Order: sequence, then C-alpha cells, then structure tokens
Amino acid sequence: MNFALNRFSQALALAASFLSATALAGSAHAQDEGLVVYNAQHESLGREWIDAFTKETGIKVTMRQGGDMQFANQIIQEGDASPADVFLTENSPAMTLVDGAGLFAPVEKDTLDQVPDQYRPADGMWTGIAARTTVFAYDKTKLTEDKLPKSMLDLADPAWKGRWGAAPAGADFQAIVASLLQLKGEDATKAWLKGLKDNATPYKGNSVAMKAVNAGEVEGAVIYHYYWFGDQAKTGENSKNVGLHYFKNQDPGAFVSVSGGGILKSTQHMKQAQAFLKFVTSKAGQAVLKDGTSYEYAVGKDAVSNDKLTPLADLNAPKVEASTLDSKKVVELMTAAGLI
Amino acid sequence: MTISGNRSSKAVAFLFRRMKASALLQDNRLLASGNEAPVAPKAARMGLPRARMPHASVLLLATIVAIFSLVPLGFIGWVTYDVGWDTVKALVFRPRVGELLVNTVLLETITIPLSIALAVTLAWLTERTDIPFARLWAWLAIAPLAVPAFVHSYAWVSLLPGMRGLQSGVFISVIAYYPFLYLPVAAALRRLDPVIEDAAASLGLNPWRVFFRAVLPQLRLAICGGSLLIGLHLLSEYGLFVMIRFDTFATAIVDQFQSSYNSPASNMLGGVLVACCLFLLGFEVLVRGNERYARVGTGSPRPTDRRRLGWFMLPAILLPVALAVLTLGVPLVTLGRWLYLGGAEIWRIEVGSAFLQTIVLAIVGGVLATIAAAPMAWLSVRAPGRFQRVLEACHYYVGSLPGVVVALALVTITVRLVLPLYQTFATLLVAYVMLFLPRAMVGLRASIAQAPVELERAAMGLGRTPGQAVRQITMRLAAPGAAASVALAALGITNELTATLMLSPNGVDTLATKFWSLTSEIDYVSAAPYAFMMVVLSLPLTLMLYTQSKRTAGQ
Repeated sequence: MNFALNRFSQALALAASFLSATALAGSAHAQDEGLVVYNAQHESLGREWIDAFTKETGIKVTMRQGGDMQFANQIIQEGDASPADVFLTENSPAMTLVDGAGLFAPVEKDTLDQVPDQYRPADGMWTGIAARTTVFAYDKTKLTEDKLPKSMLDLADPAWKGRWGAAPAGADFQAIVASLLQLKGEDATKAWLKGLKDNATPYKGNSVAMKAVNAGEVEGAVIYHYYWFGDQAKTGENSKNVGLHYFKNQDPGAFVSVSGGGILKSTQHMKQAQAFLKFVTSKAGQAVLKDGTSYEYAVGKDAVSNDKLTPLADLNAPKVEASTLDSKKVVELMTAAGLI
Repeated sequence: MTISGNRSSKAVAFLFRRMKASALLQDNRLLASGNEAPVAPKAARMGLPRARMPHASVLLLATIVAIFSLVPLGFIGWVTYDVGWDTVKALVFRPRVGELLVNTVLLETITIPLSIALAVTLAWLTERTDIPFARLWAWLAIAPLAVPAFVHSYAWVSLLPGMRGLQSGVFISVIAYYPFLYLPVAAALRRLDPVIEDAAASLGLNPWRVFFRAVLPQLRLAICGGSLLIGLHLLSEYGLFVMIRFDTFATAIVDQFQSSYNSPASNMLGGVLVACCLFLLGFEVLVRGNERYARVGTGSPRPTDRRRLGWFMLPAILLPVALAVLTLGVPLVTLGRWLYLGGAEIWRIEVGSAFLQTIVLAIVGGVLATIAAAPMAWLSVRAPGRFQRVLEACHYYVGSLPGVVVALALVTITVRLVLPLYQTFATLLVAYVMLFLPRAMVGLRASIAQAPVELERAAMGLGRTPGQAVRQITMRLAAPGAAASVALAALGITNELTATLMLSPNGVDTLATKFWSLTSEIDYVSAAPYAFMMVVLSLPLTLMLYTQSKRTAGQ
C-alpha cells in the first residue's frame, strides 16, 4: 500500500472522524434532555404546558414537533427504542394506533381520576387532555342561516360543488372521517369522501382553509372551532367575514374530537412522564386551556373552558367511542379516494 | 464475457458518462459556460498521463461514498420488491398519481421554455448590447438566488392571497429559478467567438437571423444545463408549491408522510418521482446532442462588439427593471412590511438560536460533503477510467433526488437497522452530504484540474514523497476550489427544508424549519425574521457564485 495516499486518506479519515465525533457529541447532548415529548398538539399549546410543568417541577422537557399520524406510525416503528417518553396528540385515532400496538404504559389512577369517563378510553392506557369540535366555518357575506348545510353529509351533494373546502391531509380532518366511519359505516364514508374529492377545494391546514373562506375563495370549510377563536383574539384579519355553524343534532359534523396523552412503555423516565401527564390533566394544566391562547376545550373534572366557547355540553355531539377510531382504515379510504 | 454483454456494458458506461456530464451541469455550468464539456472526457482520456501512484485506497474511499449514494435508490427498489407487484400496481396506477403527473408535466413544460426565453433575452441584453448599467442588471439578474424559493412564494402569497394553482406555480418558479439559466447563458455569450457571427453576417443574414442561426445554437449546452437544473428543482421543490396550493409529487409525499410516516404509498410516490428525475436526465442528454463547440486553431477570439440598441433602448431597459421589481422588490417589500409590523418583539431569542444552528449545520455539512467528494474528485482528474466514471455517476445522481426521497430512506433505515443513529445530527449530516455531493464535486474537480500534475512530479523529483507532494502542492492549490465547494453546499443546506423536517434531532430548529412551522400557522409576522436571516446568510454565497462565474469566464 502506498504511503502517500495512506497519509492523504488518513488526513481525510481524521477530519471526517473529528467532525462526526463533534456531531455525535452534539446529538448525544441533545438526547440528554430530560423528558422527551412527541408533541402533535399545536406547538404553542405544547410549549405552554411544558413551560408551566418545568416551572412547577424543575424537570427539563424536550419537545419534538410533528403530526398525529406521523408520530403514531413513527412510534410504532421505533418500538422499544423510541426516544419518546410522552406522546400528545390533537385527536384520538393516533392514540388508538399506538395503544393497539401495545406500546403504552397504563396511566396512573390519580391522573385518570382527573378526567371524566367520556373523555378517555375504558382501558386507561391513555387519557384525554383537551377537546375540539367540528364546525362549518362559513362566509357570512354569502351564506345565511337557511342556506347552511343541515348535516355534514349534505356537502357531498353536487349542489355544493366548488363551494367548500377542507384540509384532508391533516390528522384533524382524518379524525372527523374516522368518526364518520364509526357512525355510518364504510360505504357511506366512501360515498362522502367521493363527494369531498369532487366538490371540495383541498387546503394545507385548517387555518389556511379558514383564511380561504374569509377571502371569499370558498363559501365554507369543515374545520375545528378554535382556529376562529384564536384568530378573533389576535387581529381577526383572517376571520372577519367568517361565522361558525355548529351542526349539533348528533350529526357526524358535530363530532367532538378528544386530544390524547399517553406514556410510552419503553420510557426510562416513568416517574417524570407520569408526573407530566398528571400535570396536564390537573387543574393547573387545564387552566392553560382556559386562560391561554389555544381556545381548545378543557376536559378535566370541574375544569372550565374559555368562556367565549359554546359549552361542550351544548354541542349535542354524536356518541363516538374514541378508543376505537380506526385511523388506518381512514388513511386507506382516503388514499383510495385520491385525497392524499 | 459475451460480445453482446461487452457491448451492453459499453453502452452502460456511455450512458453513465453522459449522465455524469449532465449532472455536472448541476452547478458546474453555472460556474463555467461548459463550452468544453463534451470534449473534455476525450482530452482527459488521451491527453493526461496515467497516474503513477497506486490509487487503491482513494478508490476504496470513493467506492464507499458511491455505495452510500446508492442507498436511497436501493431502498426504493427494496420497498417495491417487498410490498409485491399487486400493491405497487394499486399504489402507482391510480388517478391521484395521474393528477400529480399531469401537474408535474405541465409545470415543467411551461416553466422551462419561459425561463429560457427570459434568461436568454436578459443575458443578451446585458452581455451583447450597449444597454446602460449592464453590470448592475447582471448583478440584479442573479440576486434572486439569495432568496429561497419558498420565501419568494411567501412574499407573493402575502401580497396577493388569492395566488394558487398552476399559473402561480409557473410564475413564481420562473422568478425564483431563472438565474440558474441566466448565469450559464451569460457566461457562454461572453466567451463566444464572434468570427462565426461575422461569417454569418457576411453571407447576408440580417442580425435576427444571425442570432437564431449562429448564436443560439452555440448556447445549446448552457441552455440545456440550466434547464435541467431548473427541471430538477421543480421536481423536488416543496415549500414554494405548498404555499400556493399546487400539488406535486414532493408535496404529496410529505402529505403521505404526515398521514402514515413511511408507508409503501409514500415510497411508491418517491419511486415515481425518481423515475421523473431519471427521465429528465436522459432527456437532457438527448437534446444536448454531441456537437463540438470549442474553438480550434491558434490565436484567441477578439472581443465582441456590443450591439447598439437605438430606439429599442427604452423597452430594453424596462425588462430588467420590471424583473428586478418582481424578483427582488416584492420579497423585500413584503418582508420589510412584516418586519415593520412585527416590530422588535418578533426578534425572539429563538431566531438567534435557529441562526446559529443553521450556520453550524451548513458549515459542518458543507465541509463533510467536500471531504466526501474529495476522493472522487481527485480520481476523476488524476486517474480517469471506466469504473471511475460509474462511481462518479453515483456521486452525481444522488444530488438530483429530492430531499424527501433521501430523508424517507434514511428514516426507515436508521430506525430499522442502525437505531443509535436515528434522529441524530450524524444522520441529518449524511443526508446533507448526499444531497449536496454534486455541488462539492464541482468546485473540487475544477480546482484539482487546475493544479498541474507536473508540479506534483517536480516536487517528487526534488525528494518529496508522493503524499507530501499532494499535500504541499495539489491540496494547497485546490484550497480555493474546496472553499467554493463548502460554500455552495452550505448555501443548499441553509435553504433545505424537507429532509431537515423529517430527520432533525429533537430540539433542533433551523431557520428554514422555524420559518415553515410559523407560516403554516399563517403567522407571517413571526416568520419574517427567519426569512430575513436566510436571505442574509445566502447573499454572500450568491455573490461568490457570481464572481466565480466571471472568473471562470476569464474576466
């Protein structure tokens, strides 16, 4: 072997190993950051919870931001080696997916006791932490009470072609479809998704869809309620022409989606992870929902939601078993319908 | 080996050679007009003396890098095999893929000719006419490169919220990417030998016909190279199209990723996207043809005359002015407006930390990519050969893959096979090295080629060992080129979005990912500082690209 090139390649190898060592040291450092929370909730809400928790307990928390289904599938692939300790979602189907793979540890009884039965699964493997309701956000300048759809299913009617929007690629919307699937079965869901594909304009994200309604691009959009309240609280710039229509009547469009929190069985920080979930569902944790900027519903026992919201009890939501929402099937159906 | 086997292996080697040359376009033709590109391999084969030193260890290193480069393609192949033909059929041959394909084809076939027309006109005006302030217009023509494509999109969407779909996609793509054509075309125009035009004119052709029959054909290489670069960018671009709601394969793959992590569906879309890339590479080879464009004979061309515009001056000036307003004015005014509206409070501490993380990632990634490219760059200059060409093609193709595809492969591989590397800087840096390997090759290759092998030999003759000779002569002479390579790769990393989103370690935010998460909550005000810092980072690198292109053009 030639001496010269040995030296040349040695120099390269040395430089490479030095750099990768630095990089690895950096990443090792990044891993060593207390509790790791996979946060599929809004970044700002996750941040508010974490900051309040750290302030109270001194436990350091690292947050990774992503989407419900992305994280759920990711956790399943990571299996026992998942870096995550706690998983927070916007909706429950992702929770069901991880629970189904047997990756959650039971939530402590004290924590479960802080949340009423209807907002958590019977098996106690995860718990509800907040809730949101489906609404039809509509352009007040174009639609009046009598012209609004009676049921969310009406939107599949050709009469609504080109007039409404949704954000079908998001977990939020997929949760709505999951509840529809549970309530009305596969055929009705397929038919509605076909109507969606034919009639609706797809947007990236609920806030973008609401903005489009406000700008007069479409007459309405199926989104969750709090985007409107959040915007109103800020400048109202993206919602000044927008009104909210609650379907009520136990319509699939009145679906209340439960945001979930769960603890990974594989965690090395079981005590801290349980403490975190306990905090989130506690009075202090739920107060973040009441006083913060998220405008999601509080679900804790005796917890009060922001007083600007229509109370949960008045929404007349359909009865859906959150712990059995079938997200896998929904992604399949939506892929088949050409929506994602 | 049978005769037909031999022939087909020759054919493969030929194809690889062409592919390499066309991938070289990537940035090489931004730097040099590429006039000599088709002649170079031949010259290299015949002219350069065989390397004296055994290069086994360098070859080994280059092979390792090449194998790494093949990982994303191999991964898609494996997923395809793994899920079985029926699933592949169901996932690929469905209406949604058809829609995406139509979108992609329309986008490419409208954007590229428009960009060519615009870039050639502008280059001709700035290089060949007596337009006033030609230098200023030339600078302004490439400056849009300092603004990341998704920031262009953000600027336009916040100015005209109704922008969406194909027309808007074409419009913003042209604005964001035409400098990739302007640079090589202007460089080529600068170097053309006017004798051919004189001959054409003396045969009685009017100026227009001279342009179309004598000048334009000589720009073919530059136009093909630039167009390919734009074509590949359009395939892999994510943020620009999401912002204006235009679906392409890249946006659909990210949607799938967010719905189901790394499902076969997203990988199959990735496969179709790779097929589109390969199609573009092959198509460019076909269009480019095999003609020779270099001047033969002694002497050097005289400088070209600048054509007098006369009454045409006013409309001629309007074009670069209008372009500057569209490409620079709009982003700067919108950014400025958001920054002004946001005031001091949007400059949170996170902006600074994202800025630092971005710089560290960009520099470390750029250095690593340059180191990874070094063995191959050295081999391809000092010891070219058939096997080396195959290796080189591996180095180049990976850079034409979209970040989404590379990231998807790395996510799955690390989580299944090398878990300790999962969600670490190491994996993110590997992705950056892969994506920006061609950029690193470009600067290195050119500068190693400019370091005469004779100097190395002389040094050895004077008693240096070969290793000392390489270190003391070649590496020193190649250092500026290596610096350019690092800078080019760093520019890419600064603006990279999808791979960073998918692979970054917990708690890491770059300027691009922070900007992205804020704009997706339509918090345009808070996103503005991140966009501004990205432009600040990109500006010096873009300027360097410009001066480099001047230098290689001999001015």
